[in-house]
Amino acid sequence: MIDSAALLQVRAEGLFCPAGGFYIDPVRPVEKALITHGHADHARAGHGAVMATAQTLDIMAIRYGNDFTASRQVASGQQQVGDVCVSFHPAGHVLGSAQIALSHKTAGTAVVTGDYSRSPNPACAPFEPVPCDILVTEATFALPVFRHPDASDEITRLLASIAAFPERAHLIGAYALGKAQRIIMLLRHAGWDGPIYIHGALQRLCDYHISQGIPLGDLRPATISRGQKADFAGQIILGPPSAFAATWAQRFPDPVICFASGWMQVRARARQRGVELPLIISDHVDWPDLTRTISELDPSQTWVTHGREDALMRWCELQGRDARPLRLLGYEEEQD
Amino acid sequence: MRAFSALLDRLAFTHQRNGKIAHLMQFFAATPDPARGLALAVMTGDLGLRAVTPSMLRALASERIDSQLFALSYDFVGDLAETIALIWPEATVLSDTPLPDLVEELRITPKSGLPALIAKRLDSMSPSERYAYLKLATGGLRVGVSGRLARKALADYGGLPLTEVEEVWHGLTPPYENLFAWAEGGAKPAAAAHAPFRPVMLSTPTDLAALTDLDPADFDAEWKWDGIRVQAVSDCGTRRLYSRTGEDISPAFPDILETLDFEGTIDGELLVRRGDAIAPFGDLQKRLGRKTVSRKLLQSHPAHLRAYDLLVWQGDDLRGLPFLARRAELERAVASVGQPRMDLSPLLAFARWDDLAALRAAPPDSVIEGVMIKRRDSPYLAGRKKGPWFKWKRDPMIVDAVLLYAQRGHGKRSGFYSDFTFGVWDGDSLVPVGKAYFGFTDAELKALDRFVRNNTIETYGPVRALKPTKVVEVAFEGLNRSARHKSGVAMRFPRISRIRDDKPAAEADQLQTLRDMLP
Repeated sequence: MIDSAALLQVRAEGLFCPAGGFYIDPVRPVEKALITHGHADHARAGHGAVMATAQTLDIMAIRYGNDFTASRQVASGQQQVGDVCVSFHPAGHVLGSAQIALSHKTAGTAVVTGDYSRSPNPACAPFEPVPCDILVTEATFALPVFRHPDASDEITRLLASIAAFPERAHLIGAYALGKAQRIIMLLRHAGWDGPIYIHGALQRLCDYHISQGIPLGDLRPATISRGQKADFAGQIILGPPSAFAATWAQRFPDPVICFASGWMQVRARARQRGVELPLIISDHVDWPDLTRTISELDPSQTWVTHGREDALMRWCELQGRDARPLRLLGYEEEQD
Repeated sequence: MRAFSALLDRLAFTHQRNGKIAHLMQFFAATPDPARGLALAVMTGDLGLRAVTPSMLRALASERIDSQLFALSYDFVGDLAETIALIWPEATVLSDTPLPDLVEELRITPKSGLPALIAKRLDSMSPSERYAYLKLATGGLRVGVSGRLARKALADYGGLPLTEVEEVWHGLTPPYENLFAWAEGGAKPAAAAHAPFRPVMLSTPTDLAALTDLDPADFDAEWKWDGIRVQAVSDCGTRRLYSRTGEDISPAFPDILETLDFEGTIDGELLVRRGDAIAPFGDLQKRLGRKTVSRKLLQSHPAHLRAYDLLVWQGDDLRGLPFLARRAELERAVASVGQPRMDLSPLLAFARWDDLAALRAAPPDSVIEGVMIKRRDSPYLAGRKKGPWFKWKRDPMIVDAVLLYAQRGHGKRSGFYSDFTFGVWDGDSLVPVGKAYFGFTDAELKALDRFVRNNTIETYGPVRALKPTKVVEVAFEGLNRSARHKSGVAMRFPRISRIRDDKPAAEADQLQTLRDMLP
């Protein structure tokens, strides 16, 4: 019998582990936090103590400054926190991303996936399945319509568009941590070895990836001096989605607006954003991978943190699986 | 099928007309016959596959997917064909079946066999192909490609004059192999159809200053009626009514077809007329765009043809004759037909341009939107040539409105807030009355963009609500009553004609001002 309440509870601050006295990815400042990965809705500044992978700690320092927490601890191997033994395992989501496994001698084991992906990603370590009694999974793309195509096929479509419209710039919206570097690596693997222009907001995180041994190649700032708009014809420019609403986008010649996200699978979403070339590239598990992961790990309980839990609950019901929605608040479902 | 689905994917997200044309041209160049012609027919709605219904597709989906999961997915996606395309179990083996084979089997399979056929095909397609296939099967494509745009792309592809493509179009049937052969250097197909469309002669705008260089004695003038320009053709028992771009609008106008009791081709204005009164454009609009028309609407909104010109009569092509000679033939023709639903557009008497200016300033009917000026010695020429025909439109209507919402544009305007919703005062609140995308210069666009960024009070997805302080002068060509708009009025062809930085928002116009302009 698993005493799940000793292992994990939902509190206003987020997911809490009473036996260990810490939160996982809390949405408000807490005394002790374990962080799965560096995206802003999971990794916030102002905690008393943070435990995370070395890369996630580095990324938080880049984003929030070195004083983002009072004390920090690098996750490595099995570590005892209170009455719980914790370990971090690659989640395949972004650089440094991890699932957090908890083990308690009477309460059993739980794995909190954070955000995760099982599709190949040259910009981070692959997902590692970790057996557990309780699987706490994300459900961002938990609808059977979400079946992400092979990312390299999406890059092929992008390159075909560049060939078809050599006079236009291709402007790709991609989140600064993870997605942008993945696109760059995919382009490099597809043979695009020319310069790739990046918005200033991507610079430091790209530099960090390079320092971690991810060869992003020739990156140049997407700045422009007056009257040289045409220099960007036929070029690839990456920027955070927010920049597309800013005057920044005005500097490029008749740009093809592209957006790299799992949400691009749905046409209405792409049209709403004014996207001309949607690229379905996601850092989250799609429906087949999500359901496959649950089947493979075969936990006795499946808890659903955030996303489209209704469909996943229905699937668990059809499979005769014990599942519950946690309805955690504060995570941005749109981020991908 | 793969190439066609890729084309549909690009078209669905391409907003600019020229961008769509570029995609179509690339597709025509890369795709063999008959696939490209069939694709063209699918897009223009000329293929006529109609047997597959949404309820058939729903039933098909429920055999493969749990109904709750399907309902949750459909809620999220919002489009039936797209939901099925995405949710359908993944194909184990993909096969790129040629489009012509898919069309043919849909055509010959009896309705009872369609679900099994569609399921079999979906089983070997990618999601994007499934989407294109389901749209093809149900006939509801909606990718923003009109017949006109498709013909333009074809004309551009072959370097052919659009008017000539339009002339032969109605005689041709999918897959249009002779048309593509012509575009690629072969012979022009003969216009084989009965009652063919002839390219329409169009006018260029003018004004008093430009007219003073011309001798009024060389020209005739007539009213420019605010209906739609049409071509009425009756040829060996076949009767058709075409729009000026060559769309066949016959099914919506059986009352006009009945009137075409002659052998010939008449150019004229389509209007709604009750007794002696010509109804405003809004009334005609109720009759447009229909596949069928009810008896009730035929009675409440009777159509009328006002004849401008005669192109063909009793088998003789009159287009080479001067206007004066054609006009004389037209007068005889209209009199001989003797139908009350058809009459002659009267010529205006004037000796000097100032006389015409006076007539234009005080037209006898509110459904007149200016005057047409036609060279007496000019033949009937296809297209918009400058010189033989001029339009001298009445001055646009003008209202001062306040900018309320803005959205970013596309293509060259991406990054700029260029699409505006504006409103006028109704008591002490502002009510939206229209949208405008143009009329301003590039410099004004930059200034408006800056205004939007600095004066946003709220954002709803891509839409920004603005602080109601910026007044613009909106020019428009006419005003209709509208039940769909909260304001009760709908503008025709609105554009931002001036930015009124001199005017405070409180001095923008009242809704009542617009109501008073209603015909």
